[in-house]
Amino acid sequence: MERRRRRELLGRIFEGIALAAILFGLLVLFLLLLDVARRGLGVLSWSFFTSYPSRFPEQAGIRSALLGTLWVMALTALFSVPLGVAAAIYLEEYAPRNRVTRLIELNINNLAGVPSIIYGLLGLELFVRGMRLERSILAGALTLSLLILPILITASREALRAVPMGLREAAFALGATRWQVIRHQVLPVAFPGILTGMILALSRAIGETAPLITIGALTFVAFDPKSPFDKFTVLPIQIFNWVSRPQAGFHARAAGAILVLLAVLLAMNSLAIYLRNRLQRRHQW
Amino acid sequence: MEEIVLETKDLTVHYDGRPAIEGVNLKIPRRRITAIIGPSGCGKSTLLRCFNRMNDLIPSARVSGQVFFEGVDLYGPDVDVVEVRRRIGMVFQKPNPFPKSIYENVAFGPRIQGIRDRRKLDEIVERCLRAAALWDEVKDKLHQNALTLSGGQQQRLCIARALATEPEVLLMDEPASALDPIATMKIEDLMRELARQYTIVIVTHNMQQAARVSDYTAFMLAGEDRVGRLIEFGPTQQIFTRPRDRRTEDYITGRFG
Repeated sequence: MERRRRRELLGRIFEGIALAAILFGLLVLFLLLLDVARRGLGVLSWSFFTSYPSRFPEQAGIRSALLGTLWVMALTALFSVPLGVAAAIYLEEYAPRNRVTRLIELNINNLAGVPSIIYGLLGLELFVRGMRLERSILAGALTLSLLILPILITASREALRAVPMGLREAAFALGATRWQVIRHQVLPVAFPGILTGMILALSRAIGETAPLITIGALTFVAFDPKSPFDKFTVLPIQIFNWVSRPQAGFHARAAGAILVLLAVLLAMNSLAIYLRNRLQRRHQW
Repeated sequence: MEEIVLETKDLTVHYDGRPAIEGVNLKIPRRRITAIIGPSGCGKSTLLRCFNRMNDLIPSARVSGQVFFEGVDLYGPDVDVVEVRRRIGMVFQKPNPFPKSIYENVAFGPRIQGIRDRRKLDEIVERCLRAAALWDEVKDKLHQNALTLSGGQQQRLCIARALATEPEVLLMDEPASALDPIATMKIEDLMRELARQYTIVIVTHNMQQAARVSDYTAFMLAGEDRVGRLIEFGPTQQIFTRPRDRRTEDYITGRFG
């Protein structure tokens, strides 16, 4: 009887510690958000979105940075998603289980852990100098694509692996070719999971600063980027730039830009969750 | 003398270099139900999956020996696996309808063969659902998700789906083991009906089921070495009343397994 009480007590204590840990994490995050909101909400106005950066804090806006972010993200998605999903399909559905495949898998896992600035150096050498793309949106998007490919491949593979084997067997047994099995049965079921992975990978890319600074993205852009070959800046760089200024006015602008970045991120994640729930209901096995 | 559709010659399957079944010689007669019985792990399913080359999907599996289908070696060099699987259909242990509509489940086989004509597809879907004794239950909800059906209905849908590629042989891997007795009875009645037109090979660990539905019975057993072998094959009547092998008798009288 005594021992049972002690066991139950221990269980309770552990539960309490675990709860405290998650509350601590949430609290810090909440305070951070509160602080940013307190300082940044004031600057959010229409002109904040439509103005270019300026040396006068009260006139500075995020127009070029937000446009740059949208350009870079759209191109990054365009390059990385088809490549990442195709690579995942190859590794999960086609690749023979041998040493070469294992070597590829090992390297993908390692690449996911490489610091992002290294990708910046690669992008600088390969895209900016090697392919002579200069410090363009295209070079930035290609660099970020490389950065998130490992994440995308791993997430897509998880989604493909979660498709029950019985589904593939059923399709094969009806005389479907491997591609027909993948196209008509596996991909539709794996799609919500792939979508989630895709949005999470893009969320990672949208906040990246180091690799883009490395390839030479600008910090002061007073024009609209109009083509993939234009020079550009993105929100995180703009934020970084404003935070490092001495004037308090720029710090408020930085907080405002952070709020915009968070809103974009939140919107992306909400969209992912919404689409996943909608599609999953249709494909429940 | 029965007409033979499928014949194995010295069929052996290895998984990771270890034999799972060895030296199986078996003849499957046309438009009859042949049951493969035996205790768990004797290689019944492995044998069944040789007939439509489903073992190809398991990277560690190696098949040696021959399987003749209408006189052609299924493991020969010029054989199109896709064609084999179209002509030899399969129904699995756990009902595995696609997470799509009832209609799309049945239409999948014809569609991937390139049949696009809606009227033709409608006709195939109705014919196969009728053949699988499911039409009356689903005719008003063809476009409803197949996963809303009961387990027994799902399994009959899987049979209808297999029939839609117009196979000559139906392989059934314990098709009723996940179903309740009523649903099982329906599947068994259906099998008897289908045997007028199709050759059926069924794997079952349920001896009563084998005795009830099959015309021929093959008894398999794995010895001390855990390698499955065909012990005895013959008309079901004879296997269950006058088995020649002592081990068959022990098994059907429930002394082990």
